[in-house]
Amino acid sequence: MATLSINNVRKQYGSVEVLKGIDLDLTDGEFLVLLGPSGCGKSTLLNMIAGLETISAGEIRIDQRVVNEVHPKDRDIAMVFQSYALYPNMTVARNIGFSLEMRGQAKPEREGAVRRVARLLQIEHLLDRKPAQLSGGQRQRVAMGRALVRDPKVFLFDEPLSNLDAKLRVDMRTEIKKLHQRLGTTVVYVTHDQIEAMTLASRIAIMKEGVVQQFAPPQEVYERPANMYVASFIGSPTMNFVRGTLSAEGDRLGVSVGRERSGFLPLFQPPEQAGHWLGQEVILGIRPEAITCYDPAIAAGNPALVKVACGVNVLEPTGADTITYVELNGHEVVARIKPSDRVAEGETADFMIDMARANLFDPKTEQRI
Amino acid sequence: MSSLTSALPPAQGTGARIARWGLYLILLLFAAYYLLPLLLMIATSFKSPEEIRTGSLLSLPRDFSLDAWSYAWNRACIGADCRGMAPYFLNSLVIVGPAVIISTLFGALNGYALTKWRFRGANIVFGMILFGSFLPSQVILLPMAQTLGFLGLAGSAGGLILVHVVYGLAFTTLFFRNYYVSIPDDLVKAATIDGAGFFQIFTKIMLPLSLPILVVTIIWQFTQIWNDFLFGASFAAGGAQPVTVALNNLVNTTTGVKQYNVDMAAAMIAGLPTLVVYVLAGKYFIRGLTAGSVKG
Repeated sequence: MATLSINNVRKQYGSVEVLKGIDLDLTDGEFLVLLGPSGCGKSTLLNMIAGLETISAGEIRIDQRVVNEVHPKDRDIAMVFQSYALYPNMTVARNIGFSLEMRGQAKPEREGAVRRVARLLQIEHLLDRKPAQLSGGQRQRVAMGRALVRDPKVFLFDEPLSNLDAKLRVDMRTEIKKLHQRLGTTVVYVTHDQIEAMTLASRIAIMKEGVVQQFAPPQEVYERPANMYVASFIGSPTMNFVRGTLSAEGDRLGVSVGRERSGFLPLFQPPEQAGHWLGQEVILGIRPEAITCYDPAIAAGNPALVKVACGVNVLEPTGADTITYVELNGHEVVARIKPSDRVAEGETADFMIDMARANLFDPKTEQRI
Repeated sequence: MSSLTSALPPAQGTGARIARWGLYLILLLFAAYYLLPLLLMIATSFKSPEEIRTGSLLSLPRDFSLDAWSYAWNRACIGADCRGMAPYFLNSLVIVGPAVIISTLFGALNGYALTKWRFRGANIVFGMILFGSFLPSQVILLPMAQTLGFLGLAGSAGGLILVHVVYGLAFTTLFFRNYYVSIPDDLVKAATIDGAGFFQIFTKIMLPLSLPILVVTIIWQFTQIWNDFLFGASFAAGGAQPVTVALNNLVNTTTGVKQYNVDMAAAMIAGLPTLVVYVLAGKYFIRGLTAGSVKG
């Protein structure tokens, strides 16, 4: 178990800067997920923590020790690769024990350690097989076993689940989480899957073009995204972005959407800087589940709920919810409503927007206001 | 070939059948074209000189005799030396063994370093090594003679081994480099984190995965070096000459009546090892041992 701190880390390939000053600090036992699209630099950062890539500038510390110049094998880390990278010529047992073999550990001790890890991962019956004789899920377990056997300070996962089919991916995700709860080791986990990030992380670092956009716990990233990029990357269906003008009606600040008077959506507890934006264009961000069918009983008890009348364009039932495309003063927005509340396509109905969960963004910088 | 057969109409009707038999006929002709000389050599080597003079060229031996083989093996005169092909056969073995092993191992090491430990200019280095495989062997004769003289290896088996290793490296490096490109870099990364060094990764992971390309390279290098005549004739003196040079000298130094049966037996002796290598290792080669692929 260990802390991990990444201070102003940069990576350059020639004149191309891939990582532009990354700052992340992990406390002991944290589960950090590096989330971003391919090419955002998240794997490069992971490789730099592992010591497989040199660090152009800045420093990385594991347990207060600067490891910039430390060889990967001496950093006390273990890594699980997307391709699993099992040695095809060795049995499962030797694959798992290879790092101990390389460290000159005696055979009896080694076998004991391999057996202990195999029991933990329920792969004891596979120890004599070669990787080619294993299924995808079994290979995945062996790859984890190889990382676990040395009891390292930090685990590094490089998209470990992306080669598995959908069902197995969900199972292994849960298992990784259980394993982390049990062992409490610090983890850095790279993925482009927002669900993996949300479910596993204690904190998520969302990256784009070599810059960390937001570094926060999953719920905060979801509810208070730092910018429109983060807001649209997390959540499905994605957050609705509606252009409007910040205006005042009486003593209440709100966003006017469209020309009609009914387009005024009063903000609930507006951000402090909102006053500076009066009369200017802003972007209102609303999660689909913040738009629901109007229910007078609920609306009466919650002042943040604003009633609006919307035309319904399209319904997409998903079983648990019905994704509904509605017309909000000339803007099409997506609402997530209960199947029992469904309104027929083409009709107009009353909806309510939970303005306590609304976000405001600057249309030019796309940053949160 | 496959495009030829697929261009034919489906195997129905007389036209199609005639075309199919025509195809077989052509194939048989090609096979005969390659096999007849071999048959001629084998048949002649088992005949007595009289039978060769009186009989037809392609007839099978009437009185099967191994005399020509034993004569060629240890009594035939090569120049003034009448100990037969045996000592030269041994020379070739002494040269081929180390030359094949050393050039293959260094080729593997080169290929590994060029693909998995990419350094600045690795591609340029590879390009230069690759260029070596396009060099005609005649071009290197004079500089190599000078180098061998300088090293004090002129005329020795050791000198010939060095020549074959250096000349073969271009090919072996090319083979292994292209094979190792397809082995995922993640294996090397994982092994590095596990604590294996440059040579440990090479011996414990890369080499055990290299069986198919090892077989290909060994077949290639063995045939190249065993069949080499130019370097053997240029750089090996007298007693150190390889079997190909001895065969040439045997055929050329026969006086009086030409002993075709001995010449053929000697030629077969000189050619047998490459045949054996193909028969033994070709099996592995064809099987295409890709056991333990990493693909998920």
